[in-house]
Amino acid sequence: MFLAVPILAAVAAGSIPAASALAAARWPGRSPAAAILLWQALGLGWGLAAVGALAGLGADPGQAGTLPGGVAGAALAVASRVMHGAAFGPRATGPLADLRLVSVAAGLVLLTLLCWVLVAASAAVLRARRRQRDLLSLLAHGDPKVPGALVLDHPAAAAYCVPGLRSRIVISAGTLELLDPAELAAVLAHERAHLRERHDLVLLPFTALLRVFRWCAVARRAEGAVALLVEMLADDHALRHRPARELATALLRVGAAGSQVPSGALAAAPAAPGASGGGGRGAGGGDGEVAVRVARLLRPAPGLPAPAIALVCGTAVLLVAVPVAFLFIPF
Amino acid sequence: MNRLGELERAIMDVLWETPEPLTVRQVSGQLTERDLAHTTVMTVLDRLAKKGFARRERDGRAWRYRAAESREAYVTELMLNALDQTGDRQAALARFVRSVSGAEARALRRALEALEAREALTAPGPREDAPAG
Repeated sequence: MFLAVPILAAVAAGSIPAASALAAARWPGRSPAAAILLWQALGLGWGLAAVGALAGLGADPGQAGTLPGGVAGAALAVASRVMHGAAFGPRATGPLADLRLVSVAAGLVLLTLLCWVLVAASAAVLRARRRQRDLLSLLAHGDPKVPGALVLDHPAAAAYCVPGLRSRIVISAGTLELLDPAELAAVLAHERAHLRERHDLVLLPFTALLRVFRWCAVARRAEGAVALLVEMLADDHALRHRPARELATALLRVGAAGSQVPSGALAAAPAAPGASGGGGRGAGGGDGEVAVRVARLLRPAPGLPAPAIALVCGTAVLLVAVPVAFLFIPF
Repeated sequence: MNRLGELERAIMDVLWETPEPLTVRQVSGQLTERDLAHTTVMTVLDRLAKKGFARRERDGRAWRYRAAESREAYVTELMLNALDQTGDRQAALARFVRSVSGAEARALRRALEALEAREALTAPGPREDAPAG
């Protein structure tokens, strides 16, 4: 029991540099699915460990060992005693007891915050999607060039999907003009993969977290990394039906057309110095998401070997299993 | 699309084409489908008002309806979302290409040109941009 709090704290604190390292690593592009699993485990493990460490710090060390239910049980016991007005009993008063109480409260606040943020983000997403579907049903129309998709009459190049039970794939008239039939088919295959595999559900917790930790660079990099991995996953699915070159030129064309849209002040993305200077990077050029995806399509690296995949999956399982064990298993 | 969706769309088209507010009777008169019941048109207009796409105002004993926003404004709203330019990053949509900076777009254009030039060299097949004369 005495080990539980330091271990949980170490998992929570260690998750942050680990996320930084994972965001910077190059191997995830070789096996996006395994990398996404690791990201999910890292996020869930961090949440459980952080809540557990705070709650465990506040649990009464004298009694925790005898209580069933690990850290969670001990923290609940403290909470229930507070509710009954007995706090820590007559023998536990003073600044130390206050500190423990604050710690348990902080753990509960963090847990509530994380759950609430997920619910709020889901609700916002459902609202935004309903508005999308309503507007599309008034404005968009079908086109034989893109079977199963809706066309929106606007000259800018855009292609996206609205995930959900009543999903939609939308292609702008500008994209229809820009791409040849083979490239359009590749775009549709990519979007269908998103919808079929519900990639939006993978990304949702990370965008939700970003709404609270917007100031935190690691949260931003995590969301960016997972978003890119999800795109790579959809690219890989499209490759099962379409040649890589069609998808690559579709990406290049739509990406290159991006600057033709008058961008609002909100969209002003800082141009990374040297992003366009490194002409030696070959067909990829630049370091942006699109360039990375194109380079990956045109010069595919072999997937990770089976032992490496096993290592990644094993790490993912440990990241979740360790905090769960300390939270719920009595010692 | 279902029947109700088609009607909503046809009625919004009428509202978008007319700058001044219309009564239910006027809307019915401008629909290509003429034999619709008055109450049907009224119900659809009410639905559109509830969704926020139509505004209604009293005019004597009748209600007059107009579009809340122009068609262009709604298309722009959809496109700003599609191009991730609303500043509110959320997982509501999955975009083929997320927002691209100007410098990035220029780099991608160069990459595309390089790719096409290289392929024209290695495989001089029939291409539409071959010099005609």
